[in-house]
Amino acid sequence: MGSVGAKEVPVLLSPEGLRIDGRKLDELRSIRIVAGALHQADGSAFVEWGANKVMAAVYGPREVHPRHLQQNNKAIVQCRYNMAAFSVDERKRPGLDRRSQEISKVIAEAFESVIFAEEFPRTSIDVYIEVLQANAGTRCAGIVAASVALADAGIPMVDLLPAVAVGKVSGAIALDLKKEEDNFGEADLPMALVPQSGRLVLLQMEGHMTRDELAKALDLGVSGCRSIYEKMKQALRDRYAGGTEVAA
Amino acid sequence: MLPGEELPARGLRPGTGTYRTQGKVYASILGFVQERPPFVQVVPLSGRYIPKPHDTIVGYVADVQTTFWLLDIGAPRWAPLHMTGTPWKIDVGECDRYLRVGDTVLVTVESLDPTGRIGVSMLGEGLGRLDGGTIVTISPAKIPRVIGRKGSMIESITRLTGARVAVGQNGRIWIDGPPEALVQVRQALAMIEGSGHRPGLTERVQDLLHASGARGPGPASPDEPLPPPHLDRVDASPPREEPGADGEPDPAADDF
Repeated sequence: MGSVGAKEVPVLLSPEGLRIDGRKLDELRSIRIVAGALHQADGSAFVEWGANKVMAAVYGPREVHPRHLQQNNKAIVQCRYNMAAFSVDERKRPGLDRRSQEISKVIAEAFESVIFAEEFPRTSIDVYIEVLQANAGTRCAGIVAASVALADAGIPMVDLLPAVAVGKVSGAIALDLKKEEDNFGEADLPMALVPQSGRLVLLQMEGHMTRDELAKALDLGVSGCRSIYEKMKQALRDRYAGGTEVAA
Repeated sequence: MLPGEELPARGLRPGTGTYRTQGKVYASILGFVQERPPFVQVVPLSGRYIPKPHDTIVGYVADVQTTFWLLDIGAPRWAPLHMTGTPWKIDVGECDRYLRVGDTVLVTVESLDPTGRIGVSMLGEGLGRLDGGTIVTISPAKIPRVIGRKGSMIESITRLTGARVAVGQNGRIWIDGPPEALVQVRQALAMIEGSGHRPGLTERVQDLLHASGARGPGPASPDEPLPPPHLDRVDASPPREEPGADGEPDPAADDF
């Protein structure tokens, strides 16, 4: 794929209105979610979303270290989003960089707004998101994985938190951009939705859109989130199948 | 139920594992619905151990202070065990003569407060330091299955294997006995954790234990029967002596 210097813009939208991988504008990539993929964590999930592969682990609520970070009225939500060195074509320098710090922060804040943190004062809920393979939309895949992992960890929340990015490619609003569309498209708009209330708890934008395009993109994103939401619920049901009997 | 799913409230009030907005009740955790009028609640299927008063739990000593120990009990927070909550007469500053970091204890939850502080005590029958044996950790949600109706499951496990077992409500199960017995108990626990929701569990566990050569019902081997779990350790746990303090080698000193 894109070696250095190969800057030719690919054809992102065919005359028939199909995208570079044959999808329609409002079509998601294929998504596979596995709840409870790790043993040591209190909760975990693995998400394959198109060519993205993302692992999430949740620990806690647990003691806060360092101590001064603890809050006496609620749990703190800490998040670490990290991309593996081998997750992209060109080796990524390992460790936190400005981009991953920002993403960690916005994801932590998105989860803070759905977790009932007051139930666990003076503790920490730690969310680890590891991107093993990246192909655009990793923060959304990370949120989906982390949200399933939080439910798997038994953390009380308002709702699961589906997320998706909408973008603009060749002048058209398209759901769930893949790498080429993200790199050569005109805009990218990741969002995370609380389906229960219809609130967006994460919304970022890169590039440019008109007001009309933004409104259209939000609608498309919300409907995308709702179909991802069903897949998240199914993943959790599969994991706990049989454990859902009605107690006497 | 999953977080965010609406509960059929039928006029019931939101209990644990639920929340209410705009007149509707939703689940906040993953679990199954239980109606306990006047409440509807969601019983968790996963998650950390949430302490309840009078639970018997297995804790690890995580820290030693001058008048108390901090125990890791698998809950959101560490639980302090104050020296007055033990059967021993301890001088201030001498806590580490009795329990050290890494020791395992059987304690009971005495108090909880809204800030999440958990008070535990070692005063009570069967409570104390757990020496020897091994710990099997399972999900706290599965512990009722391990105990069984009126203790039937745990009774048949101990009877068929001859192992000594102490079940902590926090998901930690202490077992001690001959190696074969430990293997059998582990197999039984794995079955309970893996397929505890299917019917006929007690029978299946009994079949498993018979098949793996458990000694079967009745007084087991001719050698002296093993005492019931822990009755021998109420006051029997002696204070740890300072290593070499009075010439007696401390048997536990090897651990350090």
